Amino acid sequence: MNSARSNPISTVAMHGVLILYTLIALFPVFVILINSFKTRKKIFREPLALPDAESFSLVGYQTVLKQGDFFLYFQNSFIVTVGSLTLILLFGAMAAFALSEYRFRGNMIMGLYLALGIMIPIRIGTVAILDMMVSTGLVNTLWALILVYTAQGLPLAVFILSEFMRQVSDDLKSAGRIDGLSEYTIFFKLVLPLVRPAMATVAVFNMIPIWNDLWFPLILAPAEETKTLTLGSQVFIGQFVTDWNAVLSALSMAILPVLVLYVIFSRQLIRGITSGAVK
Amino acid sequence: MQKPRIRWHIAVFLAPAVLIYTSVMIFPLFNTLRLALFQKVDQERVYVGLENFRTLFFDPTWSEQFWNALANNFWFFLIHMLVQNPIGIALAALLSHPRLRFAALYRSAIFIPTILSFVIVGFAWKLILSPIWGIAPSMMDAVGLKSLFAPWLGKEEYALTTLAMVSVWQFVGIPMMLIYAALLSIPEEMLEAGEIDGVTGIAAFWKIKLPLILPSIGIISILTFVANFNAFDLIYAAQGALAGPDFSTDILGTFMYRTFFGFQLQLGDPHMGSAIAGAMFAIILVGVCLYLFGIQSRMRRYQL
Repeated sequence: MNSARSNPISTVAMHGVLILYTLIALFPVFVILINSFKTRKKIFREPLALPDAESFSLVGYQTVLKQGDFFLYFQNSFIVTVGSLTLILLFGAMAAFALSEYRFRGNMIMGLYLALGIMIPIRIGTVAILDMMVSTGLVNTLWALILVYTAQGLPLAVFILSEFMRQVSDDLKSAGRIDGLSEYTIFFKLVLPLVRPAMATVAVFNMIPIWNDLWFPLILAPAEETKTLTLGSQVFIGQFVTDWNAVLSALSMAILPVLVLYVIFSRQLIRGITSGAVK
Repeated sequence: MQKPRIRWHIAVFLAPAVLIYTSVMIFPLFNTLRLALFQKVDQERVYVGLENFRTLFFDPTWSEQFWNALANNFWFFLIHMLVQNPIGIALAALLSHPRLRFAALYRSAIFIPTILSFVIVGFAWKLILSPIWGIAPSMMDAVGLKSLFAPWLGKEEYALTTLAMVSVWQFVGIPMMLIYAALLSIPEEMLEAGEIDGVTGIAAFWKIKLPLILPSIGIISILTFVANFNAFDLIYAAQGALAGPDFSTDILGTFMYRTFFGFQLQLGDPHMGSAIAGAMFAIILVGVCLYLFGIQSRMRRYQL
């Protein structure tokens, strides 16, 4: 049906442009990854060559593993990300249920109040957030980060989830109420399982910014034992700036977990964006 | 009349989210704006009204840095609007072509830079553009453009634009995805109707698709605006808190960080830091309001 709209020349041209841009997008990542496996000499002499038997070297990775506590950083990032996502999803879904299911005075205003945070970045309040974390003793703990990311993620989560919860059939909930289920049971047993796809979308949206954030780890939790992977690699690379093997290896080690997560969740992420969840 | 009973479960459902959101986001936001009205004098917090803002805008020692950061920030935003969003739209237009093969593959690959952290992106580009390593100069040599190479990140006149382009490289995936989604939602009948009237190919894009995706372009613009005026990480990762060379890459985020925490010999000043945060808040608020009342409400929503 679309024969009028495509001819071989334009198809080739389209692929050409897309391949070119794909190369631009992937080239830096590729260069970093291949050079992290090469000896220092080869990194400089043949930066674009793939590592072979002669130029292969893991010396950079050895430095990284010896000098930086990357497993600890990784663990911290993991705890912060999973902790924040859990709270965002649980509390966000609860609030979204309250707003979409019940009619009560102030419903509208509460919804608008929670939506304010979608557009206003939480970083503006950093000075007072640090003040508060210092006075509550939460500074340099992972809790500080988890709380901040939860607050940051809740507005969009409530917004998206309440849109989806409005679509859950009323008959189902009425049937539950007739059977004498409590409101809590209805929420956890009936509604939550039905909005799982929306929850996954919210989780994927929040995951990457939280994992990659540099600002709050730098300000709220810069201590050695609470460094996240992003901050840890930033500090490590800053110290080893002349050791190219170590820098390239540290970069590769920081790229890898995100890339793995992306491969696992990319379909979810893309479906989430393209289904119009951010409109 | 029956007395309405209090439905406690509503409160229970709302409480955790409202509590965390209020105490960690809304309250500190207003507290920061309040702190901007104080100054520390002899270890005591004194109310000074709008004095900090006067210092920030007009006192030469501060205002020079502030206006520099603000101007840089606008340039940073402008490059995103002029480069990132058009490229994103063009890529989306290509990807949404109905019979394009490997579309999903291209889409996933082009989105990869967006998922990387600023630290990785900042350092990776710093290495690639570095004259010591020589990847960029030797590649430009290969296409005969070696004379155009300069250590871009080290030159005052190029550094900010270079970093903005790096940021464009990283985030082009977001407008691409959003526009792609918008293009897919255009019904096939509309395009076929255009085809019957002889509007095909590029003309179909300009005359039919572009007007229909204008609301999405509005959304990307405001998202870009908020993200740019709140940016910090990339500049910090690539050029450090001093946003060198000679503050030529300083934007509001790095300026606020430096002021708040201090650097080298200057002590941190939370009150001036708050004042800068207040200015950022005002700018973002103006931008969002302009969008909501000026652009979005006037934009025609087509019933698709």
